[in-house]
Amino acid sequence: MAKKKKEIHPMESLLRMDRIPHIWCPGCGIGTAVTAFTSALEKLKADLNKVCVISGIGCTGRVAGYVKLDSFHTTHGRPIAFATGIKLGDPELKVVVFSGDGDIIAIGGNHFMHAARRNIDMTVICVNNFIYAMTGGQVAPTTPLTAYTTTSPYGNVEVPSNIPQLAEACGAVYVARWTALHIRRLTNAIVEAMQKPGFSVVEVISSCPQYYSRINKLGDGLDMMKFYHDNSVIRHNEPTENLDIDYQKQIIVGKFIDRERPTYMDSYKKWLEEVKHQIPKSPKIQNT
Amino acid sequence: MKYWRAPYDINEVKIAHGQVHIIKDRCKGCEFCIEYCPTDVLELSDEFNAKGYHIPYIKNEENCTNCGLCEMLCPEFAIWSTLKKGRKAKVAGLVLGKQE
Ligand SMILES: Cc1ncc(C[n+]2csc(CCOP(=O)(O)OP(=O)(O)O)c2C)c(N)n1
Ligand code: SF4
Ligand code: SF4
Ligand code: SF4
Ligand SMILES: [Mg+2]
Repeated sequence: MAKKKKEIHPMESLLRMDRIPHIWCPGCGIGTAVTAFTSALEKLKADLNKVCVISGIGCTGRVAGYVKLDSFHTTHGRPIAFATGIKLGDPELKVVVFSGDGDIIAIGGNHFMHAARRNIDMTVICVNNFIYAMTGGQVAPTTPLTAYTTTSPYGNVEVPSNIPQLAEACGAVYVARWTALHIRRLTNAIVEAMQKPGFSVVEVISSCPQYYSRINKLGDGLDMMKFYHDNSVIRHNEPTENLDIDYQKQIIVGKFIDRERPTYMDSYKKWLEEVKHQIPKSPKIQNT
Repeated sequence: MKYWRAPYDINEVKIAHGQVHIIKDRCKGCEFCIEYCPTDVLELSDEFNAKGYHIPYIKNEENCTNCGLCEMLCPEFAIWSTLKKGRKAKVAGLVLGKQE
């Protein structure tokens, strides 16, 4: 039917088509999260030369390789550190970190904390599939209590991190959580987060049929996504302490934090004005 | 859509009409599009694509409203719709509720 001329998907201009099809398994939600991001770029009418995507290692970490933007695929856990450097190097850029729960909250937890504390102007899109997927389904700091993983064969005993609460406590100015199936709301959240000056976090609840589902017998990707979507309750402004995720229970989604704090760059510039006179004049220091 | 009575503007309202495009060999058969298309345009076919996945087929394109949801949900960038033309709201498609 469609043999006549090559059909072009509307998102193709934003993707590195030589790398598509991507590596993600059938029913994995990461691809849908990418669509939300690319749709957000379209909505924002963003200057694509001024958007930079940084990922760490993991299934989600592959995003940096698929988007047709300036992008970095960094070492595991370090995308926020790289992103901080990029933002300080060129404050004009819109910097987006797109990575997994393990990458951002486990090994990269420290960078997350301190970028939020400093209020570095960037958007973190954290795909939470409750597991270290790429490496074979190990327990993550986001794995709900009692869930099986390859490293919790009798069920997980570690209390999981609550990403929005962590983000709020550390100082993030915008925090939202949606499932990958809340596609329009997720897109809008990414738009808002990218417009917000400061450290913004969008948690995306997503399916990993390959590892998280297989060992917990949760069905295929569609079953998982349907479960998450059907068991989501939208509660904007919910206190983040109530946002724990229990195994296969209700998930509270919405926009929880939207507040103002001076960004790192704002504070830096202001401070520089104040202390400028103390800085010894030297040909090396050029600040006006 | 189920109405209790015919809306007054039924003859004026134009419903967008979409044409669905599927790049068959890109699809991995996750069925997100089939499940969530609000007007049940798509159904899983018995056909396999080159990768060995069952893929959706367009069962009734007439019902496609070009809402774009399939495009947004597809993790593979394999399906989308384009606007064909506006068409009149079909009175035949109007299901009136039981009047008791
Ligand atoms: C320094 C370092 N430690 C460990 C690893 C192995 N490793 C690669 S990805 C990953 C976890 C990925 O989990 P997550 O960030 O949640 O991404 P997902 O695959 O679930 O999308 C680990 C532990 C690594 N590549 N580098
Ligand atoms: S292993 Fe899990 S997270 Fe990774 S691509 Fe497959 S389904 Fe997605
Ligand atoms: S555009 Fe909307 S109505 Fe048309 S096939 Fe896709 S989901 Fe269904
Ligand atoms: S959503 Fe995409 S990959 Fe999934 S069945 Fe539909 S066309 Fe195929
Ligand atoms: Mg993960």
